[in-house]
Amino acid sequence: MGEKDRIYKSLVDIIGKDFVSNRQEELYIYSRDPGASKSRSVDYVVMPKTVKEVQRIVKLANEEKIPITPMGGGFTLSALVVPVHGGIVLDMKRMDKIIEVNEKSRYALIEAGVSEGALLVYLEKNYPDLQHSVPEAPPTVTVVGNALIHGHGHISPRYGINSEMVNGMEVVLPTGEICKIGSSSLSPYWFTRGPLPDLPGLFLGWFGTTGIVTKLSIKLFPKAKYRDALAFSTDNIDLISNVIFKVTQIDLAEDFFLIAQEKPDWMNHVFFIIIVSGEFEEELELKKELYKKIFQKYKGGKEIKLVEEIHPALRKRFLDVPPFAAVAADFRKGGGFEYTGAILPIDKVPEAWRRGIEIAHNYGMTYSYVHQILGGHSIMFGFNYSFNRADEEDAERVRSAIDDSNKVTLDLGGMVWKAELGGQKLMLEKMDPNTLDLIKRIKKLLDPNGIMNPGNWGD
Amino acid sequence: MIKTALEDYKDMIHRCFRCGYCKFTSDYSGFNCPPYTKFRLETYSPGGRMWLIYASLVKKEIEWTDSLSNILYTCTMCKNCVEKCRFKFSEDLVNIIRAAREEIVERALAPPKVRDFLENVDRQGNPYGEPREKRSDWSKDTEIKRYERGDEFLYHVGCVGSYDTRSQDAARALGDILLKSGLSFGILGNKEECDGNEVNMLGEAGLFDLLIEKNIQKFKDLGVKKIVTLSPHAYNAFKNDYPKDFEVMHYTQLLRDMIKDGRLDLSKRKENGFDATITYHDPCFLGRYNGEYDAPREILNSIPGVELIEMERNRENAFCCGGGGGNFYTDFMGSEEDSPARIRVREAYDTGAEILVVACPVCLTMLNDAVKMERLEEKLKVKDLSEIVREICNL
Repeated sequence: MGEKDRIYKSLVDIIGKDFVSNRQEELYIYSRDPGASKSRSVDYVVMPKTVKEVQRIVKLANEEKIPITPMGGGFTLSALVVPVHGGIVLDMKRMDKIIEVNEKSRYALIEAGVSEGALLVYLEKNYPDLQHSVPEAPPTVTVVGNALIHGHGHISPRYGINSEMVNGMEVVLPTGEICKIGSSSLSPYWFTRGPLPDLPGLFLGWFGTTGIVTKLSIKLFPKAKYRDALAFSTDNIDLISNVIFKVTQIDLAEDFFLIAQEKPDWMNHVFFIIIVSGEFEEELELKKELYKKIFQKYKGGKEIKLVEEIHPALRKRFLDVPPFAAVAADFRKGGGFEYTGAILPIDKVPEAWRRGIEIAHNYGMTYSYVHQILGGHSIMFGFNYSFNRADEEDAERVRSAIDDSNKVTLDLGGMVWKAELGGQKLMLEKMDPNTLDLIKRIKKLLDPNGIMNPGNWGD
Repeated sequence: MIKTALEDYKDMIHRCFRCGYCKFTSDYSGFNCPPYTKFRLETYSPGGRMWLIYASLVKKEIEWTDSLSNILYTCTMCKNCVEKCRFKFSEDLVNIIRAAREEIVERALAPPKVRDFLENVDRQGNPYGEPREKRSDWSKDTEIKRYERGDEFLYHVGCVGSYDTRSQDAARALGDILLKSGLSFGILGNKEECDGNEVNMLGEAGLFDLLIEKNIQKFKDLGVKKIVTLSPHAYNAFKNDYPKDFEVMHYTQLLRDMIKDGRLDLSKRKENGFDATITYHDPCFLGRYNGEYDAPREILNSIPGVELIEMERNRENAFCCGGGGGNFYTDFMGSEEDSPARIRVREAYDTGAEILVVACPVCLTMLNDAVKMERLEEKLKVKDLSEIVREICNL
């Protein structure tokens, strides 16, 4: 029996044959994602059901010195869960229990494979006054995955990014120990991550290189009864930073994002979309009126215009949770989409706006923007690129455009969110050497055999 | 190289983004793709299949294997993906699967169970390989006569209703109702031929064309103008794939119309009504394929004493029994706890209903078996709507 067959058999002994595969079909599908990154090889796909199974797989991987890449929805678009050095893809979607909702302390304790859609509907049916922060992504993506990549959701402008909403977690460490993080380490309640040393930070944003999160407590928030969208527009790109500042000076927006599209012409403006919500209709109306008043007064009311009639399809897109963001993949009838998610200081937005248009035009594309304001302190600025999956040259163009966008992001003092390998490399090269060394030391300490998604955040 | 329908979709298949809306119910409350629900590997999702078809049959990046065949044939063609996909090409998702299967059959790569199904239909006119001369055995000891020129309706029973012992009872029930109502109708008996719906779904385009030709000729020879089908599968083929030379109705539509125009009165048939809680399972080929969700419910609601309780997944969100696309015979879904039929039966049981009503012989046999596997047969009866109506009519 060859080494690969022996390891396959060991995995089957742990999970059972139905949820372990080394067949070409699974290896093909799990070796790529819907973004533009090139495929990379996978040796085994495994779908555990329990934390004990995860633990046994990690121990086996240590014995055999084979990489493990934990996967949630597999929809980062930057191939973060496509292994760099082969090995096991640990698809967590069978661990899909919503274990507990604590209504009064407003948190949900869930397993790693719970989808955004599942939690959304569970709360709607059982706790209609509560909500979690739902990303602008298909409902198949996982709540845990989105939190672990510092994802954000539809209420992030008000409450912060989703990794900040983590109260605690259960983690299988790279050496196989099961560890509880946050209040659950000393209490039956999963209600807070502190006051303790902030250990969740060892697993948030590490792309699975420091452990496998099997359970996570995520904060829930009040869900207002009434929501509406307001849209304002301008053609003066240089006003954007000031407008963002103005809007976030009053804490009334639930969601706040900027959109623009080169085509059709009527979309070729800067649109500020403000989602307001309220427990009462009067509250909602008051918020809407206040924002209107701000812009009526702003620079004599000439620069920022209220969009009186929002097209019904756009209004739906703005208010849907989650919105159908995947539509961008079919802009060019090609089934491919990737973006650089630039986390930028607010005052760099006008320059990013112009340089993003230049990049799109350099590659023969029209520009298309959706940017979310993150709590008035930063923006997730999306350099968006649709491509044709059937055309390798087109995918290559997008890879180059992503690289250019990553460089612009770093030039502007920003960082690349959930960066693909190229983006990670650029950031590591620019990083303070002592910070880089700290990252390496933490990884080595937690993962002495280097089995956890190696190749991400350096080798 | 022989041109198959896959050629028509070559510029479309790669457009699938694998965003995954296709796996869900419309409110995302659960997975609604039968093979994905069972197998959970991404390969078994509609998007996974699209990518594999593209990789194997279009781009030739991966080799053909038995496991690839199995993945493509686990699809029950239930059309949940068509209903839930948000892209403009959604309507073609199952057409692409069917076209890929055509290519598989053309290249003689179909799994043995699929080959058996197709060979049996070719030889004996039914997937079970049962003799043609036994096709009408179900109608022995009934007064159902052979179709004669001038009869208003041809009653097409289909393969499952003709040969499957559980579904034969539904075939007799409908026959009894039609007799009692005084409708002028007849069956073709041993001359009835497979309608070919599943042959089409399994990708044997040539055989399907042959069946259409044979059936149409037969209908013409006999002067058939109207057909009523027991099976939504036959209804689908006749309505959407055959030449429009005749009118076709599923039996629930006919019974609903007969109730409306007074030919069938269920409200007075039983003195004390029926007194039962019922949940209704929408067959894919009646519901998602042909948009008929109301007729069966209207019939049930016209019965005094019936309390109709909906399952959480109903109408366009109904969860397939797992028998579509030939799976009632090929059985790629198995009968384990996580098989679609057993999941569906548990969902029906959870409503508190006493009877799970279907309007399809495939669903009837699948769910009836599942109830036994779940050891729920004492608590939840599985009945075809025709059997309920016959009971109401005291036939």
